Order: sequence, then structure tokens, then C-alpha cells
Amino acid sequence: MRKFGLLLGGWLFYVSSLCAAIDPALLAPLAVDDSEKRIAAIAALAQAAPEAALPVLTALADESLAVAGERIVRLDGERVFDAASNREIAPPPAEREPISINNRVRRELAAALAALRLFSSEREVRWQAVQEVAASADAKMLPLLDKALAGETDPAIRNRLRLAHAQASLGSDDPAIRLGAVVALGESSDPKVRQLLLPLTEKRTETWVEADSAVRAAARTSLRAIEQRLAWADNLTRAFTGLSLGSILLLAALGLAITYGVMGVINMAHGELLMVGAYAAWATQSVFRAHLPDLLDWYLLAAIPTGFLAAALVGVLMERVVIRHLYGRPLETLLATWGISLFLMQVARTLFGAQNVEVANPVWMAGGIEVVPNLLLPWNRIMIIAFSIAVLTAVWAMLNLSRLGMFVRAVTQNRAMAGCVGVPTGRVDTLAFGLGAGIAGLGGVALSQIANVGPDMGQGYIVDSFMVVVLGGVGQLAGAVWAALGLGVFTKFLEGWTGAVVAKIIVLVLIIIFIQKRPQGLFALKGRFVDA
Amino acid sequence: MHPSLPRQPFIVRLACAFGVRGWQMAGLFLAFALIAVPVMHLVVPPESPLHLSTYFITLTGKILCYAIVAVAMDLIWGYGGILSLGHGLFFALGGYAFGMYLMRQIGRDGSYQSDLPDFMVFLDWPELPWFWLGSDSILWVALLVLVVPALIAFIFGYFAFRSRIKGVYFSIITQALTYASMLLFFRNETGFGGNNGFTDFKRILGFSITAPETRVVLFALSALALVATLLLARYLVTSRFGRVLTAIRDAEARVMFIGYDPLWYKLFVWTLSALLCALAGALYVPQVGIINPSEMSVANSIEIAIWVAVGGRGTLIGPVLGAFLVNLAKSWFTVSFPEYWLFFLGTLFIVATLYLPQGVIGLYARLRAGRQRPPGNPTVGAASGAQPS
Amino acid sequence: MVRRNFVKTLPALAVSAAFALTSFGVRAAETIKVGVLHSLSGTMAISETALKETVLMAIDEINAKGGVLGRKLEPVVVDPASNWPLFAEKARQLLSKDKVAVTFGCWTSVSRKSVLPVYKELNGLLFYPVQYEGEELERNVFYTGAAPNQQAIPAVEYLMSKDGGEARRFVLLGTDYVYPRTTNKILRAFLKSKGVAEADIMEEYTPFGHSDYQTIIAKIKKFAGEGKKTAVVSTINGDSNVPFYKELGNAGLKATDVPVVAFSVGEEELRGVDTKPLVGHLASWNYFMSLKNPENEKFTKLYKSWAVKQKLPNAAKVVTNDPMEATYVGIYMWKQAVEKAKSTDVDKVIAAMGGQTFKAPSGFTIKMDEKNHHLHKPVFIGEIKADGQFNVVWKTPGPVKAAPWSPYIPGNDTKKGEPEGK
Repeated sequence: MRKFGLLLGGWLFYVSSLCAAIDPALLAPLAVDDSEKRIAAIAALAQAAPEAALPVLTALADESLAVAGERIVRLDGERVFDAASNREIAPPPAEREPISINNRVRRELAAALAALRLFSSEREVRWQAVQEVAASADAKMLPLLDKALAGETDPAIRNRLRLAHAQASLGSDDPAIRLGAVVALGESSDPKVRQLLLPLTEKRTETWVEADSAVRAAARTSLRAIEQRLAWADNLTRAFTGLSLGSILLLAALGLAITYGVMGVINMAHGELLMVGAYAAWATQSVFRAHLPDLLDWYLLAAIPTGFLAAALVGVLMERVVIRHLYGRPLETLLATWGISLFLMQVARTLFGAQNVEVANPVWMAGGIEVVPNLLLPWNRIMIIAFSIAVLTAVWAMLNLSRLGMFVRAVTQNRAMAGCVGVPTGRVDTLAFGLGAGIAGLGGVALSQIANVGPDMGQGYIVDSFMVVVLGGVGQLAGAVWAALGLGVFTKFLEGWTGAVVAKIIVLVLIIIFIQKRPQGLFALKGRFVDA
Repeated sequence: MHPSLPRQPFIVRLACAFGVRGWQMAGLFLAFALIAVPVMHLVVPPESPLHLSTYFITLTGKILCYAIVAVAMDLIWGYGGILSLGHGLFFALGGYAFGMYLMRQIGRDGSYQSDLPDFMVFLDWPELPWFWLGSDSILWVALLVLVVPALIAFIFGYFAFRSRIKGVYFSIITQALTYASMLLFFRNETGFGGNNGFTDFKRILGFSITAPETRVVLFALSALALVATLLLARYLVTSRFGRVLTAIRDAEARVMFIGYDPLWYKLFVWTLSALLCALAGALYVPQVGIINPSEMSVANSIEIAIWVAVGGRGTLIGPVLGAFLVNLAKSWFTVSFPEYWLFFLGTLFIVATLYLPQGVIGLYARLRAGRQRPPGNPTVGAASGAQPS
Repeated sequence: MVRRNFVKTLPALAVSAAFALTSFGVRAAETIKVGVLHSLSGTMAISETALKETVLMAIDEINAKGGVLGRKLEPVVVDPASNWPLFAEKARQLLSKDKVAVTFGCWTSVSRKSVLPVYKELNGLLFYPVQYEGEELERNVFYTGAAPNQQAIPAVEYLMSKDGGEARRFVLLGTDYVYPRTTNKILRAFLKSKGVAEADIMEEYTPFGHSDYQTIIAKIKKFAGEGKKTAVVSTINGDSNVPFYKELGNAGLKATDVPVVAFSVGEEELRGVDTKPLVGHLASWNYFMSLKNPENEKFTKLYKSWAVKQKLPNAAKVVTNDPMEATYVGIYMWKQAVEKAKSTDVDKVIAAMGGQTFKAPSGFTIKMDEKNHHLHKPVFIGEIKADGQFNVVWKTPGPVKAAPWSPYIPGNDTKKGEPEGK
């Protein structure tokens, strides 16, 4: 390792532009289907030719290394490079057998790559690498960490390296070094560090694992600090998951809050409108894949209007053909829309197959922000929370600032009177229903990022959506918001100690009891028409 | 419950509910179910075209149970104006209660030769949980079938109606109740066999459950239960109670102003409806051979409503007809056009609500009257009632 | 006529009578009828439609080669619509009305349990193609899917091996129904016998159709951070897998840290997921589409061309999976048994089934056990690749005999390895 570190320092300056050749004999074991030999080869490669090994090892990790006849080649899109000489082979060999690796090799590979990347010139790459290295820091890595610390200037990375260094020096023979390490680790919030410190405070067969009492005391202090941070992060995680579940419930229910809450239409096909939106996202993705592969990562932006329009179109059709004839007969509407829902599901099944379709998260939504090691906020969840806020704002603005919104509110409050003063109630109904359906479509686009997209997907949300609307109170957007967030956070906290199944049952029962107490929901509309 | 003084014994008044024509029909039906079917199934040799197959017996027996549920649903929806999406729950509860008895009747013939039902053995239950006590006695189980669903319905109904929850709100919270119960029964810890529920029954009252004689008896019992249900329902809706109920459906506020408390009327018919469902469930399970939580799924409960809507709400023969029509269509479609079954069912829901507000019975009546209303103008019919929104 | 009276007076009965009449179908006598009992609508359609296609494809293939005993096979497809009582009704119809010689069908255990009494009563023959929890052995059923010892136990053994990451701490995660419960019970006993402490096993269940796995993933993360190398054994069913894997990918739990091995996730399920974040997670099956051997090449090619011919949705991207292979093997084994028995009589076919062998797409010649109605199957462990296929990282040297009565469940030691009541 030390040798490799020294080598690296020397090479960094001038080798980068050279096409360093690797001894093909070093590469050969990579093609052998034996984990032991592969791991040995990876270590040997990293040591012998660190700079030249980087693309090869990266390719191995990405499964783009292949065997072509006698030699090992690296695939880069359509182009093929000889792995040993790093020269392009033209024309590319036809027969190539990709090299597949298993988890064990992948793990070793990741460690080796991280060690190499620790000295990258890009900060982001180094940051990723240091996370990786920190996860498995032990005494063997001390020289590497020393070396990295010496050359590192970025404070955040230095900090992380220091923690990794402390972690690695826990096993030192010198109590002073151990003490320093234990104290330094008090700043960590990694559950793994807690696991490392815990034995230091314990007795095993009557003797302390840690002989030095000062180190023991420091370990206790550090542990307390870490545990406090962990508990804090735990609660934060729970709150965040609750918030994210709440935002999903809100997106799923917002459309229903308009059609049911504002218009009094019981739309049992609401779940299928979500499905339409989700399939629209899938279709957009397919179109991008086929025609605009360069912009594939941004298909989601195009999917938003597509999802809205597709669902709104279906909604308008539903309203015109069926629901319009059933105003004032909510129970019949319920049955008819249930029929529509069965119909739409089977349409989806016939058109797209009974299987789920794949909707990929765009790259910019993958991963997350790691606040501390046990608190990771996934980007897609953050995006969905942001998206739900945006949709909510748009709906609020639509209802309160636009002319259509005013009409909708007028019709909600007094249909007959609104008609008398010239509001085209029929058209307003159609548009409002289309709006509600379109918002459901937006919800579907959001759901496509976290859940499965298939013909049955809507069924899973219909009961929950109704619960949100009923709990929130009919005719109130604010009610739906509070109900969705409340349900989300409450369910998540409950799930923590009762498990998912019981939590769901308890929540449903509590809603039933709550409705008995307050039949009009959290936010009741005041006025005479409520009892009409 | 019924304020008028009885002038004649209850049984006589009950019997009079049908009228002559009604009894003629019931008599013919019972003669068919109790005499013709057993003879055609047991005596007539299988080669004869008059022979009725086991398939016919089990399918028709199953639909007879559904018909009872449909009548029960019609009582609360067609006459009471309350759409319940929770009737699947009561049906399943009745089925589960009777299923407990059937499970105990397996005795040591299960795969593990244990006194406990198989699912309890491999999920490590040391002994029968308390709620299974007494389930080896048919009398106790019969009591459970009737009391448990009725009690749940009573408690739920009492609070719901007292809070004056009605219309769609009621539908949605019954749906939530059913859904929550389904999740509860799915849990293996609940003690009802989880997702698999109860299956592989062997005998009932010591008789083999697959014997043709047992089948015929169960079929006959279902037919009898259906006629009894119809009789009781007919009696109720033609009595003063029924008239108050219909009045509550059409204008609850006015009924209250006159001095009636709708709570008890609604509660009675709601509990009765649940009880009838449970009875149907208990008859259904031995004929079908399985009971599991999917009976409580939201879709099943909504399907019950569509039987009633297709047949014709607010009539008693309508729901029976609807149950037969929809289920036979289901049996036929799922074989002949498996891919189109849901299209058909979906369209049926839409067409029945849009164009057949009184179901096929209403259609038949309209056709007979020779006055066809133009389609697309589904004026609210008398039977569907003006629903308060 | 009595019947005519009824038609007039009781419409309900009229309909049932009319129904009885429609049952008189005129069909050619010389075909052999084969029942296909898979849900084409409802929640299970997602998995079962592909099996229906497999049966039809195999029948087509057999018919093209002259059928069985010189007679063509005629499929009778019914749709039990993911409704368990309807399964029983359809089974009875297939057996008593259509008089099928054999049925291929069912996916969930509950659907199998629902039709079992019917098959026993009418002495029918059912081929069940899906991995299941065992604890059952019926004379009228042949189980062509895996028993727990042909899937779950090898997978856990692999996780504990050096190549598998030497896991010593396990999360048993499943949907709350009988298959996961039983499998986890068996695994728990197995892990204990391997010296894994009670505190190192976490069991967790979610309801059907659960779609929010944030809490559970957080729990797994916490559990994994508290000690030795951890692995997750997932028996999550059906639709819940997509949200689970998406959450897994987003939470940054990589296969190199906490590998997840699944028993219900195959090529078909992965079609609905973006597999890039899942690379390295595992599945244990008796067949993978990516296996390289002439039989599999033939099988996958056959299915692909079938999908195009039948204009299946997404025909260009169809995949084959383990239950499809099990279905395919089952049909050919049945054909061989019929040819050996020279009859489609159920008793004779059952007697002829034992010991049948078939060169399966898994690349092995697999055998129907002489006694226990299960196949001897090879076990493969595959890691998910970025293209949604599996990279086989481990396999058994040869086919493994099924143990439907798991030795890890108390009381099973006295069980005979053959159905009772011959």
C-alpha cells in the first residue's frame, strides 16, 4: 500500500497524458470466473499501474469489460479499446463475451477504485471516494489515509478523512493515539462508528476490552454524543418519510378534492386517472427514448403537461358521456364511475399488457442528500414534495385568481344562483372535472417515479385518497392538505413501532371514529347548503 | 319497533305478505329446488339430458346465496336509500364463523393430524385461541354467524346514524371499515388463516361435504333461505315500518319533523341486512369450499350493489334477478371471452346507472306498458328516489 | 312442460336453465382438452398472463409435431379473475363440463388451496408451476415449481458463503401471507441450526399492495449498521416489489453493503423497474433467462417469436422466467407420461409421471420424483444486471430433490414423502 501511495504521487504529474500499457498477464485473471483470482488481480493492477488501471477497473465495475478472443477489451458505447494498451480497436471485434462479476468482487473493486480516486483532481470524485473509503477504514489503510490527508485541501473532505483516520487508528497499540481517535470520533454520526466504540466500554470475561480507563471514559462521552445525533437523525428521518408520504397522498387526493369536494362527484375512477397520468409518463419516456435519446433525462418535464392533458382529456370525456347525466345522484355516480374504472383498467391491460411498465428515474432524481450517514434524503422524495407544493400553489391560484376558478367556486356555493347570474354551469362542470382529472394525472406522473406503473396501480390509492378528502372535509383544499400531511406523518410514526400492517388498520379505524365525531371532516364548510 | 298492535298472529301476517301470486311463484320455485333438483341430480342417470350436474348445483347454490345478499342490500339501499359498500364484510364474517366450524370438523384428517387447524400448526399456535372456543358445536357457531355480524353492524350503525352520516359519506366509511377488516384478516396473527383463509373442508355434521346428498341439502337450504328472506323482506316493506323507511329515504328531514326518529328505523334495517348477509355467507362457504379475506375486498362489495342496480332497486325480485344475471354473465364471459369480462362488467355498471334507473324489472315494466322513454334522459324514477346530495 | 312454466314465471330460473343449455357445445371428439386456469384479469394477471401464453405456445408446438397419441391438444382457457372462489368454480367446470385431461394453472397458494378439493373430488390432474411454501403433497397435483429447499435454503447458504459476502445477520422481509411466513419460519430454523443468534434475525411483514417502504428501508439500514454483515431475504410479493426496489435504490443501500435476495422477483417483475441502481442484488430460481445452453436458446427464441405472432403488448421486449419454464417442463412431462401410459386417464398418467425426465431449458435433465410429485431441480443464484437480466453467480452441481415437508418444521419428520391415499 505504501509503495502504491508513493508510486501514485510520482506518477500523478506526468503519466496522465501517456497511454500507459498494462501487462496483459496482469489482466488475464480478470477473465477467469474465480473470485479469488479476480480480487488478487484487481489489487495487483491497482498497485502496478494505478493510472492505467483506473479506466479498466471502472469498466469492470460498469460491466463494460469483455473478452474478445485472446485479449481483454474495454467497451465505450460503440467503440472498443484494448484494455492493455488502451488503444482503440477498429473495426471492433464481433465476438465479445462481457465479464460479469459478483458482489464480492464488486466490493473489493469499489474499495480499490475509491483508493485510486482519492487522488482525483475533481472534488466531487474525491468526496465520493472518501465516503467509500471511510466505510471500510481499518489499520491497513492508514498509509493511504495519511497520504490523502497530506494532499487534501478541501475542508469537508479533510474532515471526513480525519474521521476515517481516527477510525483506522482505533486498533493502535499506543493509548494516546487511541484516545485521540476516540475523541475525534465523537464528531461522527455514523452508526458504524458507534458499533466500533461500543465494545470499548464493555467487559468481556471480567476484563475490559479497552485497558486504558481514560480511553474508556472518552469512548463513553463520544458514544453519548453519537447516540444523541443518531436519535435526532432517526426522528428527522421519520418526519421526512411522513412528510413525503403525506405529499404523495396529497398528490393522489388533490384531484379528488376538486371533483368530490368542490363538485360533489364521487369519482371511483380517480385511481385510474392517476394510472392514465403514470402511463403518460411512460409513453413520454418511450418517445424520448426512441427519438430524443440525448434529452432522455429531461423526459419528466415533458411528461408533466402530457400527463395533465391525457388525464384531463379522459376526465372531460367521462364527464361529458357519463357523469353529466348523473348530477345530483351521487350514489349512482359512484357505481357508474366504478364501471368506468373497470373499463379503463382493462383498456390499459389490453393496450400495454397486464405487466407493469418500466418508468426510470432520471439521473438527476437518483440518489439523495446525505445529511449524516444515517439520514439520507432521496432526491426523488424531495422532488415530489416540491412538486406537490407547486401543484398545490397552482391549484390554489387557479381557484382563487382565475375567472374559471371564480366560476367553480360560485357553482360550488350555489349552483342555481350561479346559473341565474350567467355562469355557464354545464361548461364549468366539464372544465372543473377536467381540471381535477388533470391534477390526478399530475399525481400519476409523480407516482410513476416511486411506485409501479401498471393497470392495477390506481386501486391501491383509491381508498387512501377518499380517506384524505373525507378527513379533510369536503370542499376545502386546506382540509385536504392538512389531512394528507397529518395522515402521512401519523402513519409513519405509528409504523415505527406497530409495523406497517397494524399501522394501516389503526389509521383506518381512527378515521372511521373521527368521522363519527365530526362528520364534516376537519374543515367543515359553513353555510346552509351543507345540509342540503 | 312496530308500533301498531298485532291484530293477527305474526306468522299469519308474515305469510300474508306474499299474496296468492307470490305464493304460487314461491311454491313453484321451492318445488323445483326441493324436489326437482334433488331428483334430477341424484336419481336421473348422468347420461340423461335431464340430469343436473354437480357444476349446476354448486354454481346455482352459490348464486342463490348471492341473491340473498342482493335482497339484503336492496332492503338497505333500495328501500332505505343507504348505499353500503361494506356488505362484503358481513357476508365474509358469516362465512368465517361457519368456516370455523367446518375447520374443526376436519378433526385430525388434516396434513398434520393435529386437533388444531393446519394453518395454526405450522404457524406455531400452541392451542386454540379464545375466540375459537366452542367452534366445534354447530349451535354455538350458528349463534356466532347471526350475532357477531349483527352486533358489529349494530354498533357501527348506531354511531354512524346517530352522527347522521349519510349518503356518500356513509358509503365511504363502510368501505373503509371493510378495507380495514380485510387487512386485519390478511394478518396471520389474527388467527383466521391469513390470506389462505379456510379451505379443504371435509365434512359437515359428520356428513362428507363432497357427497351429492350434502350438496343437494345445502342447495335446498339456500333456496329455502332465499324464499324466507324474500318473505321477510316483503313483509317488512309492505308494513308500516317499510313505509316509514321509504319516507326516510325520500325525505328524511320531513320524517323527523313529523316526529319519527330515523335512527332506529335505519339501524333496524341495517342490522337485519347485515344478519341476512351473514346467513348467506354461512351457506355459501360449504358450497364453495373456501373463505378468505378477498371476500372483503372493496370490489366485491361494490359488485353487490351492481346486482341490485341491474335487477332493479326498490323491488324484491329485482335483486334476485340481478344476482343471477350478473353472475351467470360472469361465468359465461370468463370462459368465452376472458379478456372482455371487465369491459362487459364496466359497461354494465355504466349502462345500468345511466339508462336503467330501475333495473331490468323497470325496463320490463316499461316495455310492457308500451311507453318507452327516450334514452339519454334518465329521469329519476320513483323507485330510485331523489337522493339528497 | 314444467320447465316452460318456470321460464314464464321465474325469470331467475329461466336464466339458469338457459345457461344449462348453452353448455351443450359441439366439439370434435378426437382432440385432448387441456385446461388453462390462470387469472387474466385482476391483481394476479400481472404474473399469470405470461403462463397462459406459455401453455398455449407449448400446445401449439406439440400440435405442430403431431400432438399426443396422434390426437391434437385443444386448450380450454378460462379466467378466474384473481378471485379465489371463482378458481374453484372454474376448476369444476373444466373437469366436469369440459372434461379436460389435465389442467395447468394457479399461481398463488390460496388459489391452489381453493381448487384442491375439486381436483380431489373429481380426480383431476393439476400442474402447479410456481415456487411455494411446501407443506402439501396431493395425489392429484404435480408441483413443477420449487419447494423451499430448492430455492430459499440454497440462497441463504450462498449469502453465508465467502462469495456471497459471509452474511451473519439477516432481515427476513415479506408480504404478510402464508408463503413468506412459512418460508421465513423454515429459514429461521435453518439459520439457528447454522449458529445465527436470535438477535441477529429481524422479521418484518407488510400488507398486500404496500407501496411505501421508507420506514422499512430505514429500519433495515439501522439494523445493518448495528453489527455484522447483513443480508436481506425478501419474500415481498407482486406489485410491492417495484416500490421496494425503487426505495432501496434511492436510499443508497447497495448490493455490496446489504445484498437483497428475493424469491419472487424474476425477469418479468424487473421489467417494471429501472434496474441500474439494483445491480448486484440477488434472486434465487431454478431457471434464468440468461442461462446459456441450447435448450434455453430454443425456448427463449420460441417464446419471442410466439409473442410477436400473437401480437402481445411489448412483444419486442418479452422475457421468460422461472414459472414459465416450470409450466413448459410440466406440459412436456405430462405429454411423455401420457405417451407412456398410452392413455389420458388420470390414474394411469399419475402412475406414469414418476421418473419422467426432460431436458429442460435450465440446461439440466430434470426428473419427476418417483414418489413425491415434485421435480428434482437445479438451483441458480443470479445477480441483477443493469439490463434487467441475471448473472448466474452460483449454482448447484446438479438437480436437488424437493423436500415438500421441510425438516425444519417440527413434526414433519414423521411425514412420508409421497401423497396419501393412493
